[in-house]
Amino acid sequence: MTHGGQTLYAKLWDAHVVREQGDGEALLYIDRHLVQEVSSPQAFEGLDRRSLRFRRPSAHVATPDHAVSTDVSAPNPRDSLMALQVRRLIENSRKHGVPFVGETDAAHGIVHVIGPELGFTLPGCTLVCGDSHTSTHGAFGALAFGIGSSQCETVFATQCLPQSRQKTMRINFNGRLSPGVAVKDVVLALIAQIGTEGGRGYAVEYAGDAVRAMSMEQRMTLCNMTIEAGARIGLVAPDETTFAYLKGRPLAPQGELWDQAVAYWRSLPSDNDARFDSELTFDVSAVVPHVSWGTNPSQCSPVTGRVPDPAAEADPSKRGKLSQSLAYMDLEPGTSLDDILIDRVFIGSCTNSRIEDLRAAAAVAEGRRVSAGVSAMIVPGSAQVQAQAEAEGLDRIFREAGFSWRSAGCSMCVAMNADRLSPGERCASTSNRNFEGRQGPGGRTHIMSPAMAAAAAITGRLTDVRELAEEAA
Amino acid sequence: MIPFHTLTSRAIPLPAADIDTDAILPARFLLLLSREGLGEHLFHELRRNAQFALNRPDLAGAQIIVGGPRFGIGSSREQAVWALADYGIRCIIAPSFGEIFYANCINNGILPITLEGEPYEGVLDAADASVEFHIDLTAQTIDIGKRSPITFGIDASRRDALLSGRDTLDTILHDDMEHIARFEAQQQDAEPWLWIDETQFAPFASIGGDND
Ligand code: SF4
Repeated sequence: MTHGGQTLYAKLWDAHVVREQGDGEALLYIDRHLVQEVSSPQAFEGLDRRSLRFRRPSAHVATPDHAVSTDVSAPNPRDSLMALQVRRLIENSRKHGVPFVGETDAAHGIVHVIGPELGFTLPGCTLVCGDSHTSTHGAFGALAFGIGSSQCETVFATQCLPQSRQKTMRINFNGRLSPGVAVKDVVLALIAQIGTEGGRGYAVEYAGDAVRAMSMEQRMTLCNMTIEAGARIGLVAPDETTFAYLKGRPLAPQGELWDQAVAYWRSLPSDNDARFDSELTFDVSAVVPHVSWGTNPSQCSPVTGRVPDPAAEADPSKRGKLSQSLAYMDLEPGTSLDDILIDRVFIGSCTNSRIEDLRAAAAVAEGRRVSAGVSAMIVPGSAQVQAQAEAEGLDRIFREAGFSWRSAGCSMCVAMNADRLSPGERCASTSNRNFEGRQGPGGRTHIMSPAMAAAAAITGRLTDVRELAEEAA
Repeated sequence: MIPFHTLTSRAIPLPAADIDTDAILPARFLLLLSREGLGEHLFHELRRNAQFALNRPDLAGAQIIVGGPRFGIGSSREQAVWALADYGIRCIIAPSFGEIFYANCINNGILPITLEGEPYEGVLDAADASVEFHIDLTAQTIDIGKRSPITFGIDASRRDALLSGRDTLDTILHDDMEHIARFEAQQQDAEPWLWIDETQFAPFASIGGDND
């Protein structure tokens, strides 16, 4: 079935078709499911209502991440909605024999951070989660996508989902990142250009020498943000970097099985003569640090730029949308982006909370102080990341600079726990969405890279991190 | 899930672009554990504005929304669709939809109709003017009292699911359990490493039993 001319996506798809349903639709087999507390209670409830059991409990891992407290000194109040939701996940997992990782366990963290850490995420597998940033796992050459709660229920009971085959788009990133520029900047620049619908209907494969040079963590940031360009699936072909990351992880194959698996994984990359429905090429060496100024991730610009003027927009519907975004963000057209003062800084989320992200932020924070009046927090993506950062002394650097150092969770990426913005507060955030109210009702979010967020914490305004580097030099 | 055949109702015009699932149901309501009662929180923020179309007295009880481009983008939360269903919405007409949202609609008995250009403008005007819509899924038509009804397209499999009221899970349980067993046997042979043994979880996760 996989002779010549096939894309990575086609190979992943073909290997999981249980039954073709015509019209590009098929019932796909799902190998892995990450279960979190927010999208699962109704799925478990539905299963119980139909008196069904899990088909394969060990194809699932459950953990609470969205609603957990990241402040050990202030756990969720006992009968808060958050605590009830976490409690429900524990009960449901126990009842159905689903492997469960608790809030205080060494393997705990955001689902999209721990899946790869545990080796649960593997090349060539299909992986779903009731969360749109499931695209993250495509960094391993896994067919991974977000689903709704009823689909979670369907996977519980059948390990299958009907899906329609996506068109394919290859995005080639060539060249080398300049100093001070992160993969987050590249992907924000991409979304600014192709828009929040640019990838709609496509499975995107990232290729090119810049992608080959990326670490697994960078590839995860890239695939994570793919959903913000409208594509549910972002893929990177597995290579030696992928295998080196996975080797020895608890759920990765061992011994002879490992060799067998790697041999199979090497057959997955798109064939040289594979055809894509659409293809784009970007030179990443020209990319500079980006920040968002609006209320969707495509509304971002180089930090050296200015808040755009709706009057200059010819299309009336776009003009209206732009004015509305600026009104919500309380920004005047023409303002220099680096004149925008901030109240809060959030470094975390499944986009940018891994060890390399924290190192990049610490490099900026080291020996400096968080600006007076700014409250800044660092939330590692997992307990493992936290432990690693502490072993490297990053927590000390952050604490000395005046950041608050937290434990793992989604935290202020989503206003579903105690970490949130107050109305009107403005935040420099490494998360993925700047929608109205995303970080708390009335809160204003500027998304950017970890180094850029750290720089904003230091100066109290949106800042080109390259200026701080010059200052230190 | 309630089958969808025909629907007669007025329609609520919400033509703004990019109404995302967070606007439909803000994240903090995701902490509620059940599907029932979510309609109360539908469009929680937007609804505070008296001018918001959902508040129009002439549209009280309307079961159709005429949305704008990219209706339902953003977070995959199915709660957004449950809130719409719980509020009584049975059909959404828009130029385009968030993909996950679209699938969630089908699975919850809400008919999403993709309509662009002139037909869309006509429908939007009719919604604004509080005209009664008659939607027929078998005929794939929207009748707003004009010369000829507007026709719309929808995948046959999705249309059938809505007409039968059989959701995805029912359908798979009914049609596919043998296919699944066969697939699994093959995969266990070809890619045995995908089959994690329960014992591999022991070092870091708990399975069943007491974990208080
Ligand atoms: S960190 Fe944010 S985007 Fe990621 S899973 Fe949590 S809430 Fe979703």
